[in-house]
Amino acid sequence: MAEALNIIDLENVVVRFSGDSGDGMQLAGNIFSNVSAVLGNDISTFPDYPAEIRAPQGTISGVSGYQVHIGTKKVYTSGDKCDVLVAMNPAALKTNIKFTTPQSIIIIDTDTFTKRDLEKALFTTDNPFTELHISNTVIDAPITSMCKESLKDSGLDNKSIIRCKNMFALGLVCWLFNRPLEHALHMLEKKFSKKPTIAEANIKVLTDGYNYGHNTHASVPTYRLESSETQKKGFYMDVDGNKATAYGLIAAAERAGLKLFLGSYPITPATDILHELSKHKALGVKTVQAEDEIAGVATAIGASFAGCLAVTTTSGPGLCLKSEAINLAVIAELPLVIVDVMRGGPSTGLPTKSEQTDLLQALYGRNGESPLVVIAATSPTNCFEAAFYASKIAVEHMTPVILLTDGYIANGSAAWRIPDLASYPEITPNYVPEGTENWKPYNRDPETKVRYWAVPGRKGFEHRIGGLEKDYSTSAISTNPANHQKMTETRKAKIEYISTCIPDLKVEGNEEASLLVVGWGGTYGHLHSAVKECNQKNKPVALAHFNFINPLPKNTLEVLSKYKKIVVCEQNMGQFAGYLRMNFPGLQMTQFNKVEGQPLAINELKEHFIKLMEE
Amino acid sequence: MSELQYKPQDFKSDQYVRWCPGCGDHAFLNYLHKAMSELGIAPHETAVISGIGCSSRLPYYMNTYGFHTIHGRAAAIATGLKVANPKLSVWQISGDGDGLAIGGNHFIHAIRRNIDLNMILLNNEIYGLTKGQYSPTSPRGFVSKSSPYGTVEDPFRPAELAFGARGRFFARTIDVDGPTTVSVLTAAAKHKGASVVEVLQNCVIFNNGVHSILATKEGRAEYAIQLKQGEPMLFGLNNEKGLMQDGFGLKVVKLGENGITEKDILIHDAHTTDNTLHLKLALMQGPDFPVALGVIRDVEAPSYDESVEAQICEVQKNKKVRTLTEQLMAGEIWELK
Ligand SMILES: Cc1ncc(C[n+]2csc(CCOP(=O)(O)OP(=O)(O)O)c2C)c(N)n1
Ligand code: SF4
Ligand SMILES: [Mg+2]
Repeated sequence: MAEALNIIDLENVVVRFSGDSGDGMQLAGNIFSNVSAVLGNDISTFPDYPAEIRAPQGTISGVSGYQVHIGTKKVYTSGDKCDVLVAMNPAALKTNIKFTTPQSIIIIDTDTFTKRDLEKALFTTDNPFTELHISNTVIDAPITSMCKESLKDSGLDNKSIIRCKNMFALGLVCWLFNRPLEHALHMLEKKFSKKPTIAEANIKVLTDGYNYGHNTHASVPTYRLESSETQKKGFYMDVDGNKATAYGLIAAAERAGLKLFLGSYPITPATDILHELSKHKALGVKTVQAEDEIAGVATAIGASFAGCLAVTTTSGPGLCLKSEAINLAVIAELPLVIVDVMRGGPSTGLPTKSEQTDLLQALYGRNGESPLVVIAATSPTNCFEAAFYASKIAVEHMTPVILLTDGYIANGSAAWRIPDLASYPEITPNYVPEGTENWKPYNRDPETKVRYWAVPGRKGFEHRIGGLEKDYSTSAISTNPANHQKMTETRKAKIEYISTCIPDLKVEGNEEASLLVVGWGGTYGHLHSAVKECNQKNKPVALAHFNFINPLPKNTLEVLSKYKKIVVCEQNMGQFAGYLRMNFPGLQMTQFNKVEGQPLAINELKEHFIKLMEE
Repeated sequence: MSELQYKPQDFKSDQYVRWCPGCGDHAFLNYLHKAMSELGIAPHETAVISGIGCSSRLPYYMNTYGFHTIHGRAAAIATGLKVANPKLSVWQISGDGDGLAIGGNHFIHAIRRNIDLNMILLNNEIYGLTKGQYSPTSPRGFVSKSSPYGTVEDPFRPAELAFGARGRFFARTIDVDGPTTVSVLTAAAKHKGASVVEVLQNCVIFNNGVHSILATKEGRAEYAIQLKQGEPMLFGLNNEKGLMQDGFGLKVVKLGENGITEKDILIHDAHTTDNTLHLKLALMQGPDFPVALGVIRDVEAPSYDESVEAQICEVQKNKKVRTLTEQLMAGEIWELK
């Protein structure tokens, strides 16, 4: 058949849906990625929200995007550039053209490219393509009018009809990529289960969009992404990093046999963890939307004292406000998980963009000698593991743990295999053993230095703790100089001991290379991809990526000192590099730093690595 | 909760009490031990949470669970503790600076949410621990180390703040008055919801005599009124004075004068939902009015912590999932075979 000849096989494809924030691009993108995941492709997505909630329609500041990266093998990022750009209006075209290459196919809604629309998007001529100097293949589709035509007998009002145009675009994209519509239809039915007429309308427009592609664009090649066999069998769902974080916390509470408590104050991009955990009353999760950031952490500390797995979630500005209370948990030696979903700073900065600029704040942003554990999640799905292990360490080692994620992985999503919780390690709180006599609250395990936990309500273990320094043996208030020295060293030793409980640092890529790329946290996907592509081009490079930041894995120096050249890549001005220099004086390294609020670009990383190799 | 009988001694820790000799906190501490022993709640089921300040040292002197936290945050930490474990009897100890300055936000929100806490405000109208600066309850013109020419700001009146936050329980006592202190503390503990007890406390070092007019029995008879549920609002050395409503306000009257008899005197009702008169009573001050002591307002309302539990029970009735795996498997999932 002629059609079959027009099918091109692909390994990877990136589709970017863009339009006005009211155009439903997030939903279209989300359905597209789900449909692909169900077919067995790996997916990674990233929503690009406008900074303003309700910018005027059709303007540049109102453009919202959703990028979907689909692969027949594992994909690690939502992709630098897109192969297909859907631009529902001129403003979307203008703001998203930077994500295209000359080969990208662009789908536009010709109905929204009127003179007025062009003016709203600040085009000065009536040909946006020449004005943007682009000569890409463009699929001109009268999306709005086809949508109206499709629903003219639906009985819906004009506004509701126009709301469905995202489905027309989605149908077109599904046709382009040979995606059967069943799962999409199922998702729409579920999403609009309470509004059957809306569900029906969406389904009709989606189907019409698909058929429109089939009927009118037979000459445009369509693509095939064979499902990969590398994916593990099992049940999958779509998660973003914030959801995965919430699930990791619930899983840890379950494994520890503790109640989960969250005290939080809404802040972008962390709020969705509060939203998610608030849903899980059936699992006994308690959430308090506190009056401010300080109360968020303070209620969590109260709940920790009460014997819960206690958590507070925030972003950079909130972490600033919480630091005094976090220090209380440091000196009172109470378990506490602080999730910081990093965003662009300083101050309010770039609330909807991503950075890794809170690292030093997490490590050192408190008064006194105040060691605590810092862990960073590397991808949306890794947020689950990271939250689980952050909780495990907090509870077992009686310490606050700061879990750093970032806006990119928090909002980015991927297909996630629902894990078998029984395969996760147990979490054992260090309770005061039954029958202990003459117990004092700061008595500790001689090896781990972890103090024993007695929870209010338990008879015979009434005790007082607090922010004042305590005597090592009697646990009474103490200002004795030698005791303070000893307690300070003990708190430090307690955190350092944790390095024996965490996995060693691993190297991936070409271990024998002379160049080692070092990264941490949410840049993993980009660094991994850049390193892999270098190696594929016979440019040998190795990658060491950190999950555990304080304490560092015990083999860190051993690994780093094997390499002739080290480049530490971060979305900040060199905070981890500085931390490594402080820990390992004399170790030479260069830096790659970007703080544009955007994910690192794989191509730019590759070029940089290759240049370093050639130096 | 156990029905055992306790002695004040059972609530006392072995720590040396470090407040200045003569500090009003000493007397208060003793009455707190006594009140707790009368309540019959076991020490291990009791938790005392404080902020920072002289008064906030109190948990160290208790043989209960205790947490001396950070400045201003006691109410928030107590909130988390109570919501996490509503079975505990939770007391919050704060000074006027701790509770109303740095901790003002948590103070009003704990009251608004109606967390079942016993919120004790030791009001000495000064910052004791930092050695004598004016506080948010110091009167206008107050001369202190940080206001050598007198303050140019008006104070908070704790009751007004509590009522503004929809407070359902407000009581006042003075450190040296044992019977009143013990009775308002037990009433506060029995009240379900946020109970605020303002304790007029003397700081012998930096604000000595701030409440001296009420420090003696005679002074209290003359310049204070002990409010008792269902009883006429009488005061004076011989109970010769009383309170009557006067238009939108209150007035002090003398029994026998202008034909006034006990029947004309207002009867105290702490349980009435409307807080208008409660506020009027709470704001009375000399020289024209007596200072109200005792339980001024005590109105039931659902507490936050019990509502949280109730909501969980309600959801669990309708939703059968109990583990994360069950929850996830019931969602949008697909299988790769
Ligand atoms: C964050 C912070 N800021 C300031 C202080 C210093 N400080 C300690 S107690 C206090 C005020 C105490 O006054 P109050 O709460 O009335 O208690 P009192 O000592 O009078 O009982 C201040 C300002 C502190 N401990 N922490
Ligand atoms: S300074 Fe004042 S409040 Fe503090 S202990 Fe001494 S008398 Fe009491
Ligand atoms: Mg004070």
